[in-house]
Amino acid sequence: MTLAGWAEIALFFVLVIVVTRPLGGLLARLADNARPLRVPGLGAIERGLCRAAGVDPAAEQGWVGYAAAMLAFKLACFVAVYAILRLQADLPLNPDRHGAVPPDLAYNTAISFLTSTNWQFYGGETTMSYFSQMVALAVQNFASAAAAIAVALAVVRGFARRRAATIGNFWIDLVRVTLYGLLPVCIVYALFLVSQGVPQTLHGAVTATTLEGARQTIALGPVASQEAIKLLGTNGGGFFNANSAHPFENPTALTNIVEAFSILVFGAGLTNAFGRMVGDERQGWAVFAAMGVMFLIGVGAIYAIESGANPILAGLHVAPGMGNMEGKEIRFGMAGTAIFSTATTGTSCGAVDAMFESFLPLGGMVAMANMMLGEVIFGGAGSGLYGFLLFAIVAVFVAGLMVGRTPEYLGKKIEAREVKMTMLAILSLPLVMLGFTALAVVLPVARSAISAAGPHGFSEALYAYVSAAANNGSAFAGLSGNGFWDITMAIGMMIGRFFVMVPALAIAGSLAAKTPAPASGGTFPTSGALFAGLVVGVVLIVGGLVFFPALALGPIAEHFAMLAGTTY
Amino acid sequence: MMHDHRPAPARLFDSSILREAARLSLRKLDPRRLWHNPVMFTVEVVAALTTILLVRDIAAGNPGIRFAIQINLWLWFTVLFANFAEAVAEGRGRAQAATLRRARSETMARRVTPGGGEEVVAAGSLAVDDLVRVDAGEIIPSDGEVVEGVASVNEAAITGESAPVIREAGGDRSAVTGGTQVLSDAILVRITAARGNTFLDRMIALVEGAARQKTPNEIALGILLAGMTLIFVIAVATIPAFAAYAGGREPVLVLVALFVCLIPTTIGALLSAIGIAGMDRLVRFNVLAMSGRAVEAAGDVDTLLLDKTGTITLGNREAAAFHPIGGVREQRLAEAALLASLADETPEGRSIVTLAQQRLGAVAAAADARFVAFTAQTRMSGVDLAQPDGGVRRIRKGAVDAVLAHVHAAPSDAGARALREITERVAREGATPLAVAEAGRLLGIVELRDIVKPGIRERFGALRRMGIRTVMVTGDNPLTAAAIAAEAGVDDFVAQARPEDKLALICREQAEGRLVAMCGDGTNDAPALAQADVGVAMNTGTMAAREAGNMVDLDSDPTKLIEIVAIGKQLLMTRGALTTFSIANDVAKYFAIIPAMFIAIDPQLRALNVMHLATPDSAILSAIIFNALVIVALIPLALRGVAYRAVGAAALLRRNLLVYGLGGLAAPFVGIKLIDLLVTAIGLA
Repeated sequence: MTLAGWAEIALFFVLVIVVTRPLGGLLARLADNARPLRVPGLGAIERGLCRAAGVDPAAEQGWVGYAAAMLAFKLACFVAVYAILRLQADLPLNPDRHGAVPPDLAYNTAISFLTSTNWQFYGGETTMSYFSQMVALAVQNFASAAAAIAVALAVVRGFARRRAATIGNFWIDLVRVTLYGLLPVCIVYALFLVSQGVPQTLHGAVTATTLEGARQTIALGPVASQEAIKLLGTNGGGFFNANSAHPFENPTALTNIVEAFSILVFGAGLTNAFGRMVGDERQGWAVFAAMGVMFLIGVGAIYAIESGANPILAGLHVAPGMGNMEGKEIRFGMAGTAIFSTATTGTSCGAVDAMFESFLPLGGMVAMANMMLGEVIFGGAGSGLYGFLLFAIVAVFVAGLMVGRTPEYLGKKIEAREVKMTMLAILSLPLVMLGFTALAVVLPVARSAISAAGPHGFSEALYAYVSAAANNGSAFAGLSGNGFWDITMAIGMMIGRFFVMVPALAIAGSLAAKTPAPASGGTFPTSGALFAGLVVGVVLIVGGLVFFPALALGPIAEHFAMLAGTTY
Repeated sequence: MMHDHRPAPARLFDSSILREAARLSLRKLDPRRLWHNPVMFTVEVVAALTTILLVRDIAAGNPGIRFAIQINLWLWFTVLFANFAEAVAEGRGRAQAATLRRARSETMARRVTPGGGEEVVAAGSLAVDDLVRVDAGEIIPSDGEVVEGVASVNEAAITGESAPVIREAGGDRSAVTGGTQVLSDAILVRITAARGNTFLDRMIALVEGAARQKTPNEIALGILLAGMTLIFVIAVATIPAFAAYAGGREPVLVLVALFVCLIPTTIGALLSAIGIAGMDRLVRFNVLAMSGRAVEAAGDVDTLLLDKTGTITLGNREAAAFHPIGGVREQRLAEAALLASLADETPEGRSIVTLAQQRLGAVAAAADARFVAFTAQTRMSGVDLAQPDGGVRRIRKGAVDAVLAHVHAAPSDAGARALREITERVAREGATPLAVAEAGRLLGIVELRDIVKPGIRERFGALRRMGIRTVMVTGDNPLTAAAIAAEAGVDDFVAQARPEDKLALICREQAEGRLVAMCGDGTNDAPALAQADVGVAMNTGTMAAREAGNMVDLDSDPTKLIEIVAIGKQLLMTRGALTTFSIANDVAKYFAIIPAMFIAIDPQLRALNVMHLATPDSAILSAIIFNALVIVALIPLALRGVAYRAVGAAALLRRNLLVYGLGGLAAPFVGIKLIDLLVTAIGLA
């Protein structure tokens, strides 16, 4: 650990704080149907799209209608992506002549991208045509992020509105989030990446002759355009197999920090949009603070753990003296890697600039724990906010009673229906993460795909389902996909996505219909440090503690084994 | 803030209640009874499962029987302790109900037959709308309304207050309660409730907890606890697979122990006891809530609607000063006021006499006086004194406009101005002007002052800190109302209010999302009482008011609304505190059991045994013992309720999070360690 490293972390966090308010303003404006950006022509595009789709911009939906529209959209996305992947050999823009993607992989990949998970049981450069990358995958990166942000805005409307029957119009939200939020930022961002050396071309791979005279194929493609939304939309699916560790995805220390930053911005900005939409920005900052504390704990833990040398190497006097650098890129450095790793696992992004499998056991555990908490550390663009609000509802319900009133959040009473939906959502994550892991480590067909032995192998399996259910998509590596994993992980991704989204919308629907009670001195305060601390406690105890037995048998056992000189 | 008339707290544990509760806790093991409590039902199911396994192990002669027997016992104790907590809470209510039931003992009634005669029937056979006659010394057979006559009634059976109250036909004091005794005179009563459905019956059902239904918040909390239980089902049910992968086996017994420790048994066990005890606290306070929902709503109240008279001010106004007008000497005004009030037995009249006597010294009673009573038409009272010279002194006092109309002759301009100045000043100070005239000439004004109850200002201040707004409702003019409002420290007031204004105000507050509490006694209060979220009817009130409200105050003390709110808050706080405590406990329990579980699989996980518990068996046993005993330890808190202070929500939250949140984290670390030392010392494991 160095002072410069800590300074880098601090500076990074300050940047996140700085961007939160302006981006929150933009998001709140676009949710409000005002003209959020003074860019000529955008309004005309929006109106044109609505007219073409036959959507009445003034017609709003109740939560059932909103959820139905969202699910219908997802189904259409699934069909489109699956078809493109299966047919890519016959479609254009395939200079490297990739064949059709096999059915179970196409199924897994389609689910993976439409749930914003972007788990990849394939290497991009060896499997996907440019058409598939651009039209199937990059489009889903936009669509899944926009859908999640739309749901988040609808949930916030549930809190903000009084005695309302509707929570917005999914189609309008989808278009506006894309048009005013994601697209403009991505265009600028992609150009920046190109300036740093990220390729953006339709040319096929080039073949180079190395100094030793060996022939090497260097994959290229429209990388920058996909890279930008991969991070901003917290999707995480790399153009290349090595993801953001690849020099064409993440060439410099500067791009590394900017990429990590861009993972967090929409999650952070939404906290402020939430505050603005409910009429009290401090409410948003309390959410930000709770997320921020968990983020800083995560970064600090990974930085501290990975900066220590592997004790086995140290014992042999062969430690490189710069921490555990195995699987990390020298150009990013230890602090940069810690920042990126926490950003990508705390959110549902899943892009990686280092190999998690090569982290020390406890470092890998922090990455895993970030996801187990339900991706609420700024979280996915959109999904982070509504996921966090579910935990906030639990916190308000349990502790809110302690001020002697029926629990209420932002004036809305939290009653049986809200609690039921919240528990349904919170329950679905451990069900997938632990349930499927239990199956996979017992069934021979699944066990055969786990490469490592002992607790490390257990961590590989656990990490995969945790990553799937959390819609993260980062991998511990070491797993070779097969039919069992393809299917179960796809199921896990869908449960992790829609069993949180739909209950969150149901809560929004019932909250929107309520009359808010005006705040008074007897109201449970939800805009201060006390509340932020309380939610952190609830996230850790209700969301995290349930994984303690699994972590004990995985990374914790591996840690003690390492101390005793055993590796797996 | 709530000590003035709270009855001495009953002893928390009475040995006879405890014995009965111990017996009942076994009866409550019946799964059909336990089903309503999902958490404890789950514990019972797994306890039964382990007992079956224990029998199998004993039959097979497997090792580890001693440990298994102990875990089994503590699992059953966990369920029994929960049943015990509920039984104790119910037992305390039942003890109260027994007293009430004595009042319900079979009485005979004299029913008036259609022909006008009387027949003696059993009280139990009376039907609604029957007419019964009740004479002095007789027990009123059932709830009803006095339709004829007036009587003094002893209501000690239900209120515990032995001073008799007046019940009369017509007006706001016509309701009588079955089981109370007529002390003097005779009344004709129309029966309003059949047997089994009387006030007393409902009261008995309520304090016994028999009529208890889960409140909305209790249902929501139940869902949360059931959800948490499911989460831990997942957490524990997946462990065997994980252990198998790591090359080990976990005995069912240990998994069950972990599961029962993790699920929120503490709050699950005490939840219904908390609800019963909350209702019980209210009853001890001589307030009857018709539903648990009403008690919960009391904690949520945002606005208190308080009648000025009797709640904020003492019921009676007092004469405070004489203000002569137009050159009249104060002596003359005082004398006239005195003479006019000599026969006035109202407290106001008596206070005028007292004040005048202070000013004048002793005054001879008038010999030949004819008193003129107050009527609603004249709005004046007074006296006609026959003079020795044959003339008559006609003295009148009354509302200023009424007296002005009476005197005909308009006062001079200067006099009119003086009158206006005085009446306005008097009104502005929150007092009521009373004009006195003699022989067609206005003498001046008597200032009648409202006396704000001592200490009421502080209580409103406390309410404000709790975030509750107080609104005073009065028939006074706005000037007077404003002055009293300022003196009493209420947040808002409604002057010149008519009964329908109350209803409108409640609807308005509710439309803004506020919950409103009020109390009332008259029939014209009934719509507002029904509309309010918490409507407290005075026991002295009409049957209509009592039916409309969702609480009845047996002491008929409107200030009790404040205590009712505090009791509602206390109920919710106790629930929240124990839930927080229960959930926070899990951290330590994990650290006790997980290392014990996995040590056989991976001895290095011994490092997680941060409490340094002696052996895996002692660790698991200590955790399960702690889990069971903490239920017993918290029964007093559940029954007594968490201490409530009138501070803001933020301060309250900080304090309770510290005590029950951090306390809940730390307590089991200490508790489990101590139990482990004990268990090891006496060789249980």
